[in-house]
Amino acid sequence: MSFSVTHPSLRQKWIAGTLVILYALLTILPLLWIIATGFKSPSDAIAYPPKVVFDPTLEGYVNLFTTRTRMTPEALEEAGPPQTWYDQIVRQYDMVISGPSRYGERFLNSVIIGFGSTFLSVFLGTLAAYGFSRFKVPLKDDLMFFILSTRMMPPIAVAIPIFLMFRQLGLSDTHLGMILLYTAVNLSLSVWLLKGFIDEIPVEYEEAALIDGYTRFQAFYKVVLPQAATGIASTAIFCLIFSWNEYAFAVLLTSGTAQTAPPFIPTIIGVGKDWPAVAAGTTLFLVPVMVFTILLRKHLLRGITFGAVRK
Amino acid sequence: MAEVRLTGLSKSFGETTALDDVSMTVPDGAFVVLLGPTGAGKTTTLRMVSGLDTPDSGTVHIGGKPMTGLTPAQRNVAMVFQQYSLYPHMNVRENLEFPLKSPLLRTPQAEIDRKVKQVAEILQISHKLDNKATALSGGEMQRVSIGRALVRDPAVYLMDEPLSSLDAKLRADLRVELKNIQAHSGATLLYVTHDQIEAMTMATHVGVLDQGRLVQFGTPRQIYEDPVSIYAASRLGQPRINVLPADLFGPAPEGAVSIGLRPENIAQGEGQESFVNRVEHLGDQTRLHLVFKHHDLVTVTDAHTDLQRGDLVKIQPHKPLYFDASGARLS
Repeated sequence: MSFSVTHPSLRQKWIAGTLVILYALLTILPLLWIIATGFKSPSDAIAYPPKVVFDPTLEGYVNLFTTRTRMTPEALEEAGPPQTWYDQIVRQYDMVISGPSRYGERFLNSVIIGFGSTFLSVFLGTLAAYGFSRFKVPLKDDLMFFILSTRMMPPIAVAIPIFLMFRQLGLSDTHLGMILLYTAVNLSLSVWLLKGFIDEIPVEYEEAALIDGYTRFQAFYKVVLPQAATGIASTAIFCLIFSWNEYAFAVLLTSGTAQTAPPFIPTIIGVGKDWPAVAAGTTLFLVPVMVFTILLRKHLLRGITFGAVRK
Repeated sequence: MAEVRLTGLSKSFGETTALDDVSMTVPDGAFVVLLGPTGAGKTTTLRMVSGLDTPDSGTVHIGGKPMTGLTPAQRNVAMVFQQYSLYPHMNVRENLEFPLKSPLLRTPQAEIDRKVKQVAEILQISHKLDNKATALSGGEMQRVSIGRALVRDPAVYLMDEPLSSLDAKLRADLRVELKNIQAHSGATLLYVTHDQIEAMTMATHVGVLDQGRLVQFGTPRQIYEDPVSIYAASRLGQPRINVLPADLFGPAPEGAVSIGLRPENIAQGEGQESFVNRVEHLGDQTRLHLVFKHHDLVTVTDAHTDLQRGDLVKIQPHKPLYFDASGARLS
């Protein structure tokens, strides 16, 4: 690859560097705020002016994972001294831990639904994209447009029909229902993205594999799929980010067994105005998507610039 | 190895006719070269035999069995593509092993190792076996591509200009090597090329294609000495056959419009005078560019000739070929 760019002067580098750092700070600041708030005490969290330097505490995380009961001094006396560090934290508010919170379950629901629907949309999307890319499909252009058109209105616009449909089919508040819903929403994106990637893979490779004694499906599996890995990885990231963060449908269609973390986290505030627990829940919620993205980072960078950069 | 028989093959892509009623028999163990300019239907013919494309009408038989409806894998053919199509996510060894590991062959690993080693030696790529396929030069990629066909023992080898991207030396080496492999193994080979030296040196039979039609099929000598048309005559011979007005050297048979003279079939020393325009010393021979009655023609002469531009040479035709107005040969 060759570039015909003149080398920037030192001054230009300084200006560009400053702008980039400012922009980075601007975007990362809310994130830092949330992470910091997770380690503040409730009073520090709502202090004005905001405290930049504070005594870090794990109170928010303890509150996030537990339910607590306020006790009378006599009852506390009876319970004896606190056994663990987290007992100690809640004891200063005259409370004892009465059990785990629902955050763990909700988080697990998010993992099942998020990764489940991501797998399904990428799996179905790859097969559909391969078909559209390689075979003569009647009304191909119209079908592709139809698939894209499902994205043209905000999905929430059809919330009421979907709500009624889910109730009829018994899919309300089920993992399967949410996986199907997110898959349906993500499919248009994944079919279009993946078709672009598969179009870029020369058909000669499959023809060579067919000649070499493999069936069409084996050629797809052994030759096309490894080369589409980049496209599949970046598509998977986009699908996961959507289904992981989705809020509106989750509020509407889940309440108990299949509730994901996004609608659950705000409910932690309750009456205690427990902002550190909310911030802690949000911080932890970021981790899986970040890990997933970092793992596939190499592919993502190549993926989103595909077509622009040719080897 | 097997005989390949094409019967009445036709194929159109939209408006363009790629193949028009092509019939030919490739005998078992033959090395058949298909000649013709771009768009003549050479590659399409290979794709019909391989099963990558299906004909609109006509049938392909390999080893006497009809191939209609069979997949490329079921036909047991090996093909070398014009653009080297190595699998970029595999190294050279894995590329060469790929056909042997197919569900079609399921070769034991010891046998795979032996064959890969043997083919790698023939193609001089032994030292590159563990390189990534994408880290090779164009010539090396094409050799691996040929190797991927040679590791197999198919009913027929199909090769689509396999040597066109190689440099002259390697090309000459591989030409000899391919011919040796074919002669020793008795393989049936259907080979597409633009290069007439490849055609003359390797082919047992040559098929000349013109706009999807097979205009002549025969041995290279037949095509060279006894072409059916100006078109077929022009496919072979370097320098090309001289095509001149039929009556240029005197009376011509009835209906003749053109006379075709191979460069070596212009006898010098007797006949009518021509003007030497250019002399090309090629080492083993010398080419004379002559002007005869305002027509340019090319002939060959003694390597050590003293002729120079401006000299006069007497020439007369020897074994002339006469063609009618449509370019067809008059017998």
